[in-house]
Amino acid sequence: MTVEFCGLELAHPVINGSGTYDAIAARRAFGDALLEDFPFSAFVSKTITLRPRAGNPPPRLYETAGGMLNSIGLPNKGLEGYLREDLPQLAELPVPLITNVMGSDDAELAELAERVDERDEVAAIELNVSCPNVKTGLDIGAVPAELERVMRAVRPRTAKPVVVKLTPNTADVAACARAAEAGGADAVSLINTLRGMALHPDLDRRWLGGGTGGLSGPAIRPVALAQVAAVTSAVSIPVVGMGGVATGKHASDLLRAGATLVAVGTESFRDPAAASRVAAELATLQNPCKSGQHRQPA
Amino acid sequence: MNRVLAPFGRRSCAVTANDAVGAYRVLRVADPDGPEPWPGQFYMLAAAERWGAGTDERPYLPRAFSYLRRVDGELHFMLEDVGPGTERLCELAAGEAVWLLGPLGIGFRPPGDSRPLLCGGGVGVAPLAALQDHLGEAQVLLGFRDEAHAPGAALLRDARVATDDGSVGHHGYVTDLLAVELDAGEDTTVYACGPPPMLESVRALCAARGVDVQLALESGMACGFGACFGCVVATRDGYVRLCVDGPVLDGADLEAVA
Repeated sequence: MTVEFCGLELAHPVINGSGTYDAIAARRAFGDALLEDFPFSAFVSKTITLRPRAGNPPPRLYETAGGMLNSIGLPNKGLEGYLREDLPQLAELPVPLITNVMGSDDAELAELAERVDERDEVAAIELNVSCPNVKTGLDIGAVPAELERVMRAVRPRTAKPVVVKLTPNTADVAACARAAEAGGADAVSLINTLRGMALHPDLDRRWLGGGTGGLSGPAIRPVALAQVAAVTSAVSIPVVGMGGVATGKHASDLLRAGATLVAVGTESFRDPAAASRVAAELATLQNPCKSGQHRQPA
Repeated sequence: MNRVLAPFGRRSCAVTANDAVGAYRVLRVADPDGPEPWPGQFYMLAAAERWGAGTDERPYLPRAFSYLRRVDGELHFMLEDVGPGTERLCELAAGEAVWLLGPLGIGFRPPGDSRPLLCGGGVGVAPLAALQDHLGEAQVLLGFRDEAHAPGAALLRDARVATDDGSVGHHGYVTDLLAVELDAGEDTTVYACGPPPMLESVRALCAARGVDVQLALESGMACGFGACFGCVVATRDGYVRLCVDGPVLDGADLEAVA
């Protein structure tokens, strides 16, 4: 089951999606049992920004059919707080650490990459490019030319592998993946959440404090599979597939679509050990393409 | 220690009983190997079967409940059917299974040398029952909407009751009873749980008198262990996650209960 990803030797192909697991908080709840049975083969941090962010006002969650909307707003301590307080604790995890960063422009992202690059505890860097461009309102990762420019700005600032977390809220995700590859990315990961909205049941306003939110969970699984398949056909760098993964079968589907790793996100909310089960189920699915067991039951 | 660690991962537990108490249900779940929780801590619950495909194709996420009490390896939870999640849990029968995660969060601090005074409203009386079990003796004031809900008072010992419509006990809010008690002047620690407007009244009454108050708050949660950052409440020091920094917060840390 070991798998090679950007030069890292991982025990199995299941990692976490950024922002879906706080290993430091989980250790407060479960103690060192978390480390003994750590569910992921690499750990992706929540998004770190240059300056601290409080996040969005509540409510931040809305349960949907087969999933949920979140409008969390990337709360974090900022780069300095992360490096000083969080990184030493995350370094105690038994797996390689991938630090996810977001900046509002290429200069910010390049600075973040350079500062994170200095730390040996970090095995790889993931770029969150779902930040809106203040001029266009589009996510900086939604426009291929802009994404390539951002990646070219980051590339010379770090020798560590760089993973670009693609946004699904774009016209052509394969073109975005090619732009990331052209800019020097070592891998891409997808899908991030799909933009969605809910209205307050009684009052004339939106439910989420942030206005809109990101849809995740089983509801987005077919979208994830389609986008992962489109991207793996378009690039030659490895792909991390995610979106509604709750079983080994779902993980296997993404691997069959060409992904090298899969990530579990929202399912971990329902069970903090879900990814261990997904990895175990995946390991029992031998020769999935020939077994015939993947036909959808009537 | 007001935080007991949870076993890592959700576990399947058998429902042993589901009894009506007025308009509420008390769900009993066998958890013989689980740890003894601390009053004010909570669990995430989901039905093992048919969790989904209810109203609006929900529920999907587990639901957070403070435990009512733990007796002989059985956890008791007080439920009120207010949506697709609680609806499904309320219909569970003995022999069915639930997914259980917990105990989670930080519970109540002990009262020290002061007199503990427990003040609850509606389904929020649940964690106060666990606290009363733990303390032995503690004075209890409870508020309910009406006669249908007032039987919830029987889940604690020797409670004085207020109802909004006056059908049982004091006609008015439980905070009317609390104000009288506080004005008696004894050194008191107030423990409160209930709907936000009640908790805000309790907080304000205590703040005005300089009385120590601990509030067990509620928020929608996706995970219960700090992963989703969805359950934040505003404190004087900014947002905190109720699941890992609460659900019990010091009243003094809050500007107001929103």
